[in-house]
Amino acid sequence: MEGMVNQLPIGLSIGAVLLLIALGLTFTFGQMGVINMAHGEFIMAGAYTAYLLQGVGFLVALPVAFVVAGVMGLILERTLIRRFYGRPLDTLLLTWGVSLILQQLARDLFGAPNVQVASPEWLRGGLGILPYNRLFIMGLAAASVVGIWAYMNRTGQGRRMRAVMQNRRLAATSGIDTGRVDQRTFFIGSGLAGVAGVALTLIGPVGPTLGTYYIVDAFLVVVAGGLGQLRGAVLAAIGLGLLNSYAEFWSDASLAKVAVLVAIIGFLQIRPQGLFFVRSRALT
Amino acid sequence: MTALPVSRRVLSGRWQGPAAFTAVAVLALVVAPLLLEPFRLGLLAKYLCYAIVALGIGLAWGQGGMLTLGQGVFFGLGGYAMGMYLKLNDAGGDLPDFMVWSGVEKLPALWKPFGNPVFALAMVVVLPVAVALLLGVLVFRQRVRGAYFAILTQALAAALVILLVGQQGLTGGTNGLTNFFDFFGRDVAADETQRGLYLLVAVVLGALYLGARQLVRSRFGRLLLAVRDGEDRVRFLGYDPATVKTLTFAVSAGMAGIAGALFVPVVGIISPALLGVVPSLELVVAVAVGGRFALAGAVLGAVVMGYARTYFSEELPDAWLYLQGALFVLVMTLAPKGIAGLAAAVVRRREARA
Amino acid sequence: MAISEVTVRDAELLAIEEINAAGGVLGKKLEPVVEDGASDWPTFAEKATKLIAQDKVATVFGGWTSASRKAMLPVFEKRKALLWYPVQYEGLESSPYIFYTGATTNQQIVPGLDYLKEQGKKKLFLVGSDYVFPRTANKIIKAYAAANGMEVLGEEYTPLGHTEYSTLVNKVVEAKPDAVFNTLNGDSNVAFFKQLKSAGIGADKMPVMSVSVAEEEVKGIGIDNVAGHLVAWNYYQTTETPENEKFVAAFKAKYGADKVTSDPMEAGYNAVHLWAEAVKKAGSTDVEAVKKAAGGVSLDRPEGKVTIDGENQHVYKTARIGVIQPDGQIKEVWNSGEPIKPDPYLKTYAWAGGLV
Repeated sequence: MEGMVNQLPIGLSIGAVLLLIALGLTFTFGQMGVINMAHGEFIMAGAYTAYLLQGVGFLVALPVAFVVAGVMGLILERTLIRRFYGRPLDTLLLTWGVSLILQQLARDLFGAPNVQVASPEWLRGGLGILPYNRLFIMGLAAASVVGIWAYMNRTGQGRRMRAVMQNRRLAATSGIDTGRVDQRTFFIGSGLAGVAGVALTLIGPVGPTLGTYYIVDAFLVVVAGGLGQLRGAVLAAIGLGLLNSYAEFWSDASLAKVAVLVAIIGFLQIRPQGLFFVRSRALT
Repeated sequence: MTALPVSRRVLSGRWQGPAAFTAVAVLALVVAPLLLEPFRLGLLAKYLCYAIVALGIGLAWGQGGMLTLGQGVFFGLGGYAMGMYLKLNDAGGDLPDFMVWSGVEKLPALWKPFGNPVFALAMVVVLPVAVALLLGVLVFRQRVRGAYFAILTQALAAALVILLVGQQGLTGGTNGLTNFFDFFGRDVAADETQRGLYLLVAVVLGALYLGARQLVRSRFGRLLLAVRDGEDRVRFLGYDPATVKTLTFAVSAGMAGIAGALFVPVVGIISPALLGVVPSLELVVAVAVGGRFALAGAVLGAVVMGYARTYFSEELPDAWLYLQGALFVLVMTLAPKGIAGLAAAVVRRREARA
Repeated sequence: MAISEVTVRDAELLAIEEINAAGGVLGKKLEPVVEDGASDWPTFAEKATKLIAQDKVATVFGGWTSASRKAMLPVFEKRKALLWYPVQYEGLESSPYIFYTGATTNQQIVPGLDYLKEQGKKKLFLVGSDYVFPRTANKIIKAYAAANGMEVLGEEYTPLGHTEYSTLVNKVVEAKPDAVFNTLNGDSNVAFFKQLKSAGIGADKMPVMSVSVAEEEVKGIGIDNVAGHLVAWNYYQTTETPENEKFVAAFKAKYGADKVTSDPMEAGYNAVHLWAEAVKKAGSTDVEAVKKAAGGVSLDRPEGKVTIDGENQHVYKTARIGVIQPDGQIKEVWNSGEPIKPDPYLKTYAWAGGLV
């Protein structure tokens, strides 16, 4: 019984991890229609940033990783993805190629084995069933959500971003520099992946294949939540986290994974556009 | 330059297709078996199996606009149906070897009918087609498309792999099904059997290619193109795009199933590693490299990528990931229509000059 | 080539170099042909075929997971070629064309259980990745427990590459076992130990006995997270034999002072020397002649004396239980005293009667 009660906070903390890895994708996938398979490798870049900055301090790694992954995303957007707007399926294959290159690059730079990233002292210990590092991840996810919400709704840049997302052409004719907005979106989306990467060093392996472990889950959260929908992503991540937690508690990890996948396929039968979606009259 | 006009006449107009097809057929059925040593011929047979899957992807994606990232699911269903029959046949009434070391004492009910070759061979096509029809009905009716569809099929591949791995006693787990001896009365490892299998794969591929080509040129094929380019318009005209897409998806699934069944005796193993997210994606990429809008491009892409993979993993194993990645990036940026697109452009330019 | 296969290859290349430096075998130098199985079972089978059919090699050293060996087995049996497999595995196999130089279950898992029993650990929780080795290992553990008055409180499997262990850790915590027997594979170990540690469970409260964590993996997991936990192998970098001193020195000299040696590497290194010895005895590299000569071949290796059992083509090996140290090395706390006769089908263990 106690175990069952414990699964509630555990489910929430799994949800927080899902949310962190998926937040950046809601930006790049949801708002720009770009399926970025290299998102997982941006997470990896964040994790390796934490590895390189171990002496400097864990909290320093967060903003640095944001910038590192953000710049990588910006370069990707400027050099390649820019040419692919309106061809979302092609970006999938393109960025998959990029992700392979980045994986091999990581292998050559840092070696194939996992590297050691020690958790900071102040994250040792825990509160009830939840270790401090899980609480930290939940806090980080919440802070990211609030930050993004404020950015999108309280700043001029954020408003322009939403305008481009809802109707790119109309936004352009209203004088918004859509190219700049795209760059910013990609920078922030990729940067969030970097932040997630730093957080994941607390609980998982840090190696060249790190990104591949999370990418499918991240996509599923975005799809279930509805493209470009912050509240959709939050609800979907928490829902999937809880589902995963209880399904695994009552069966096992393999069946829980299958249950989550089946639940999403079933869910899209009822809400084919995800939890929330932007109504549009456009013919596609 | 005097020889050119003749060849150009042969290669243009309505004889171009059949001439090229015949040339490739002669190359595949006569020249390759004579020139290649058994090991290399076996590899070619493997690439041709992948080419059958690629043909289906070309149909669903190139012609129908459905990017399926879960073709491995159907490949696997076909492969396991064949593998289960071969295993039972080898066991000759006993339990298959992996069940013994997995602690299974009685043959599971699911396996029993697969002892019958007719049933197993039917299932090679029926299972993938049924799953694709079901998925198609569910998904296309709800107008799930584009990226959603792609990610759903990817999730399906991930789910199937986890299921197969988890049910070790039933499926052989990560090991999959391997160590086959007898293939319809022949020693599966013998060189003659393998040569025969190669020819069988090549013929099946040729036949399916012709069938797919016929389909594309039919009324149905034109409707499919129309659905790809403007689904809502087709709906307004009174057709049901969901039916068109579901049927096409089922055909492509059936092809993948056949490919999986042929793959098993050729390569000697079917395992979850062959049908997960990554192999499914790799096949889609091969189709993109070959040229997704032409069925021949899809086939070509699978063979070229298969060959490149073997070559580089033998000669430059550490560079393979870089090369593979760079190739996708270059093809997608510079030649989105793939090799077939490039070839067509060259031909057009030459004709324009002539 | 994925993580650990690389270092086994390196160890094997070192052995080939040593043999060549000593004049080769039958007056000929050994020439290695390296192929990459890319951690993908069907590729292992393809590359094995290539080595045998096209390169016509005298023998093959390699394989990593059990699945890679199962995929290659038909290739070697049908082509009557020889494979030397260097990794501990789940037993229940004895192919006439494979030599197994890693531990089988009675040289690793059973001694691990003996040690836990000796330490008074009566309640176990089993954690493993979802594939053949953990499932078979856990069957053996359950049979052993039933016969030895031990209790298995839970048995959990996670998909390969799984990284979310909070639910599993919760289950373990709730069951309150005396020890955990861990057959997780690869990266999952990192996630499991990190999450176990941050749940406040240390080796003092609930030791974890691992059979797939060696010197190479310790660093990636984070030494802090695994220090104090138990492992079961046949060899550690710290094993005190003159041969090991030479092996570690030679390996570091060739590949770098920061490199560590581990059990699978040593087993691969041994395999090359054992094959060379068998070839010398047979006076030929012919597969059947080598097989016949190999039985009884005995060498002093880094792990101590190893002898090939001609009957099942496994190797007599000394079992060693170790504790992971704060410096990332493993200290031996128990050994079987003498090499254990390999028994892949556990025929000599009464409690294992119902298993095969």
